Amino acid sequence: MATKNDLASQPALKVMNRRDLSKRLVAKLKRDEAIIGGIGNTNFDLWAVGHRPQNFYMLGSMGITVPIALGVALAQPDRGVIAIEGDGSLLMSLGCLATIGMLQPRNLTIVVMDNGMYEITGRQKTATHATSDIVAIARGAGIENSVWARDEAHFDQLIDRRFDEGGPHLIAVKIDDEHATEQTPRDPALIRQRFMQGIGTGRKSALDG
Amino acid sequence: MSWYDNFLGVMKDNEVRLVSYVPDNVITPLLKGVTSDNYFMSVGATREDEAVGIVTGAWMGGVRGAVMMQTSGFAVIPNVLASLVVPSQVPAVLVVSERGALGEFNIGQVLVSRTMRPTLDAIAVTHHTLDNPDTMNFVVDRALKQAFATLSPVVFILSPLLTGGKVFKA
Repeated sequence: MATKNDLASQPALKVMNRRDLSKRLVAKLKRDEAIIGGIGNTNFDLWAVGHRPQNFYMLGSMGITVPIALGVALAQPDRGVIAIEGDGSLLMSLGCLATIGMLQPRNLTIVVMDNGMYEITGRQKTATHATSDIVAIARGAGIENSVWARDEAHFDQLIDRRFDEGGPHLIAVKIDDEHATEQTPRDPALIRQRFMQGIGTGRKSALDG
Repeated sequence: MSWYDNFLGVMKDNEVRLVSYVPDNVITPLLKGVTSDNYFMSVGATREDEAVGIVTGAWMGGVRGAVMMQTSGFAVIPNVLASLVVPSQVPAVLVVSERGALGEFNIGQVLVSRTMRPTLDAIAVTHHTLDNPDTMNFVVDRALKQAFATLSPVVFILSPLLTGGKVFKA
């Protein structure tokens, strides 16, 4: 059943590519912004476009990307924090958008890579394929600055700004179903430790020399 | 001092500042204490696994945090514990008010409650049942120090023996 929503009233949204958009995003960062990459292809592509010390890659816990990013944003209010999440994962935990709508963390940005499917498990359709509009949901949850990126140029324009102020923002993009070409190393403790070193909270000891 | 004032005092002594929670009757005095004290940053979450994610992110960002919930909320979080908190070595502090025991009137709470300790044991997460106000401060203080020193989560189960629990009024 098709329903009228914001998406239907938008000008045509170009279907883009996750790895290309991840690359564009990372290239814009100037202030050691933290990125939390959601499970599956979302963080695989973040890894594929080039590791940076402020990246945290999720290897499990579907749906918890945005809450982790919120926690980092609350703990480090002067650092821009970006969550990159898939549509399936976000649909699992829509409540976190309400929490963010309530708290209004100015240094948090959510990028939703929406291909309307659970790509990694066999391309089963999600609700965003037909009826659910992530941007409308986010606005309804109180994240006023929620927009669909129409194409790459529009995406570039939306991310050409400081990430440590003016938020919360949500940028949703329609993407294709191309699988990531690389997989993130499967070492959660090491990923967590390196991430903390990257954002200045890592343990220091004599082992560091 | 009441058990909840003591509990929050030990949290402060150990610099646990962020509290994310899904509310419960029994922990209401704890939540009141948190929201009325500027030392604490309180974040009401919509689900307990969301709260665990927030506390994980906050700790990585340099702020120690705790999640407060009731027993049925604990049943929401085994996945985030087993796939994020434990393998990533995150000293998340979990405070669970214990329903399902000692005068429980809701069969659903009884059954959910029985899953809690076996689940924690299966993933080797330390848990302490707090039932004695005389030893509580010592247990909580030392358990928090151990959790942060060893980068391990810790669970405090608040027994009705400590809190009075929720009483069935027929």
